[in-house]
Amino acid sequence: MPNYLLFLYSEPDAFNETSPAEMQAIIQKYRDWRMRLQKTGVIVGGEKLQDGTGRMMRRTGSETSVIDGPYTESKEIIGGFFEIQAETYDRAVEVAGDCPHLEYGGPIEIREVEMIVTSAGAGE
Amino acid sequence: MKDLVDHLFRHHSAKIVATLTRVFGSRHLDLAEDVVQDALVKALQQWPFKGVPENPAGWLTLVAKNRALDLLRRDASLADKAEELELALPHLTSPAVASSVEMDDQLALILMCCHPALPVEYQIALTLKTACGFSTAEIARAFLTPQTTIAQRLVRAKRQIRDHDIVIDPPGADDLPARIDSVLRVIYLLFNEGYAASSGDDLVRADLCEEALRLGTLVIDQSRVRLPAAHALLALMMLQAARLPARTLADGTLAVLAKQNRELWDRKLIGAGMRHFGASAHGDTITTYHLQAEIAAVHATAGSDDDTDWSKLVELYNDLYKLEPTPIVLLNRAIAISRCEGPHAGLTALDDIDPHPSLRNYHLLPAVAAELWRQAGDNQRAAQAYQRALECSCSAPERAFLETQLERLN
Repeated sequence: MPNYLLFLYSEPDAFNETSPAEMQAIIQKYRDWRMRLQKTGVIVGGEKLQDGTGRMMRRTGSETSVIDGPYTESKEIIGGFFEIQAETYDRAVEVAGDCPHLEYGGPIEIREVEMIVTSAGAGE
Repeated sequence: MKDLVDHLFRHHSAKIVATLTRVFGSRHLDLAEDVVQDALVKALQQWPFKGVPENPAGWLTLVAKNRALDLLRRDASLADKAEELELALPHLTSPAVASSVEMDDQLALILMCCHPALPVEYQIALTLKTACGFSTAEIARAFLTPQTTIAQRLVRAKRQIRDHDIVIDPPGADDLPARIDSVLRVIYLLFNEGYAASSGDDLVRADLCEEALRLGTLVIDQSRVRLPAAHALLALMMLQAARLPARTLADGTLAVLAKQNRELWDRKLIGAGMRHFGASAHGDTITTYHLQAEIAAVHATAGSDDDTDWSKLVELYNDLYKLEPTPIVLLNRAIAISRCEGPHAGLTALDDIDPHPSLRNYHLLPAVAAELWRQAGDNQRAAQAYQRALECSCSAPERAFLETQLERLN
C-alpha cells in the first residue's frame, strides 16, 4: 500500500489570542483524530517542524547562497507532517478530511511517496 | 496517551502565572501572562504531531520556565530573578497535587486581583483572566459585555496595580479580613452571574459557577485563619449549585423550584454545603452569605416544596432585607408569605415593591404576580401579568416557560 505525506500548513502566530480552554479543546480533537488512525495503523509517523527557523540554499554557477527561512510571500508555512498509509489518493483525502487542522490551521498538502522499482517485477 | 485532565490548561496556566508573578513582581503581570500563553501555544503546535506528553503539566511548566529564563537574560532589571525562578517552578508539575507554596502563590494572586483599591468590575475581570485562565472573549461572553470593554478593564486594572504599587505579597494579619472580604465579594458575584438563568452563554456560565466554587475552596484551604463568612459563602454556592441538575428539563425549558425533581439534586454537594454551613456558625457576625446560605439550606433539606418551612423563610428574608435592602429580597419574601398565608397575602406583599423603577424591566415580578393571581383563581389578571412579564427581557428558556404558563390559562 502506498504511503502519503500530509503537509500541514499553518501560521505560527495564529493562536496568540486563543484561550487556554479553547487550546485544550483543540488539542483534544487532534488527539482523538490521531488515536483513531493510529489504532488502525493508518498513521505511520509524524513530526513537528520548528517554527521561525530554516535555511534555504541555492547554487548559481559557483556561488552557493544560504538564506534564512523557508519564508514565502504567504504567512503560512509547513508546521509539520504526518505520514499515512492509504490505498488511493481518494482514501488519503478522506483521512485528511477529518483532521482538525482544516478547521483550526491552514491547508493540508497531500503527496504520494513514490515507490522505487528496484528490479523488474519488484515493488508494488 | 492519556486524556487531558479537565480544565488542565486553564488551571495550570493560572498556577504558573501566580508563581511567575510572585517571582517577577506584580508590575510584571503581563510578562508572566505572555510567558504562559507562549507555553500553551507551543503545546498546541507540538502535541498534535508528537502526542500529549506523559506529564502535560510538567511539560507546560518546563517550557514556561525556559521561556521566562530567556526573557530574564534579556532584561537587566530582572536578571537577579533567575535563581529564584529555578527554585520556584519545579514544584509545578502535577495538576492534581499542588504544593503549599503554589497554593500560597495562587491565593496571593487572587488577593492581588481583588484588591479593594481596584473598582469591583476590574477585580472581576482580572480574577477571571489571571487567576482562572479565561480569555478576554470568554469573560465578555459570560458577562454579555463587549470584548473591548473587558480588554480596557484589564489594561486599566494592570495600570492601577503599577500606579498604586499593589504587591502580590500576602497581606498582614490586620489587613487580611478586609482583603478576604473583597475576594469573597468577587467570588459571590462570579457565582451569581454563572447561576443566573437570564443571560450569557450556557457553557461559560457553568464554568463561572465551577470557578467560584474552586476559588472559594482555595480561599478556605489556604487562608489559615478562621473565616466564617467564607464558609457561609461556600455553603451558599454549594447548596445552590446542587440544584442545577434539576433546573433544566430535557427539552431545555426551565423547572422552577416547586416543580424540580428533587431526586436530581446533588446530595453529595448538599452534604458538603451543610458541613460548610455548620462551620460558618463560628464567630459573632452574621453576613448576608450566612442568611442566604440558610435560605438555601431550608430548601435543600425540605422533602418537597409543600414540606418547606416557609415561615422560617419569611423570617430569614426579613433578616436579609435588613442587611441587603433590595427589591429582589422583597420579591422572594412575598413568595414565602404567599406560601404561608395564601396568594392574596403574597400579592399584598408584592404591592410594596411594584413602583421600584429598577424593576421595570424585571420579568420575575409580573411572573410571580401572575402565578399568585392564578392561584387566587383570577385567570384574567394572571394572563395580563404574564403578558407584562413577556414584555421584559429574559432568556429563551424563561420566555418559553412564561409562554407555556400563559397558554395553560386559556
